[in-house]
Amino acid sequence: MSNLHAADPLILYGTSFPSRLLLGTARYPSPKVLESAVRAAEPAMLTVSLRRQAAGHNEIGGQAFWDLLGELKVPFLPNTAGCHSMDEVYTTAMMAREVFGTEWIKLELIGDDYTLQPDTLGLVSAADKLLREGFKVLPYCTEDLVVCRRLIDVGCEAVMPWAAPIGTGKGPTNPYALRLLRERVQVPILVDAGIGVPSHACQVMEWGCDGVLLNTAVAQARDPMALAGAFSAAITAGRAAYLGGAMAERESAEASTPVVGTPFWHLDGG
Amino acid sequence: MQITINQAPFELPEGATVEDALSRFGAKPPFAVALNLEFVHRQRYSETVLKAKDILEIVQPVAGG
Repeated sequence: MSNLHAADPLILYGTSFPSRLLLGTARYPSPKVLESAVRAAEPAMLTVSLRRQAAGHNEIGGQAFWDLLGELKVPFLPNTAGCHSMDEVYTTAMMAREVFGTEWIKLELIGDDYTLQPDTLGLVSAADKLLREGFKVLPYCTEDLVVCRRLIDVGCEAVMPWAAPIGTGKGPTNPYALRLLRERVQVPILVDAGIGVPSHACQVMEWGCDGVLLNTAVAQARDPMALAGAFSAAITAGRAAYLGGAMAERESAEASTPVVGTPFWHLDGG
Repeated sequence: MQITINQAPFELPEGATVEDALSRFGAKPPFAVALNLEFVHRQRYSETVLKAKDILEIVQPVAGG
């Protein structure tokens, strides 16, 4: 852990995390690759999920996955992926709390199956209900300022706007809205979904976002361990740039070397 | 009576509980349960009596994003 991490922890619901990277556990080629990527990324939390037992899916799951999670010793962030209604979200969250033994929940309420866009109309009441049940809710949302405000109004102590639709790797498709959101809300902003390369993660951190949640960009890389490390470094770099007060962009050139005393200048009498 | 567990039909005796259904299904920990879309706390498995056409979901930890 670097000195920067120690001095500048990510704080969510009063809990301090040494890393600003949250990592998904899905879509890795094997459990061994997942384990290597987690060790390289040193994430604050690992997202996990619940699916039917013996449902015949090919995802990493069951006892072997459970044993691996135990060895990694990273806090769990269960999600409500695939939920389309408040009832589904609520029941999934309750089951997740029992299985994973944590109050953390990544609230996903899907409103459109093609884009996997969150159902922002139902999200606020779903968050409210879970917060009342004692969950620490991290809502997956869009970069819509008013939706984020309403989530904060009901008690969310962080928001997780997408950069782009889940799994696209497009990077921030609406930089203006994301930067405006940063200006207008005080709670931590964790950019969740749509990040493709480390420069995307670095960019949103430079804008003052507080963390990044990644999955596909690491899991589907040719070398997930390399990308895990690269993302971790990019997030640290972006955060340092934000804290350090990066220079303002200019339209015209301005010499960095002093002009005064330039030899041979004006020798022609001009 | 017939109930549905994870989308498959199961025949159970009248008065069977969630605990009986879990045993019949062969549920392996760790898991959690929802009955007709409502969460059932593990301490209530033995007291929750099932009825015909109930829908039981048994879920386990999996990788997620």
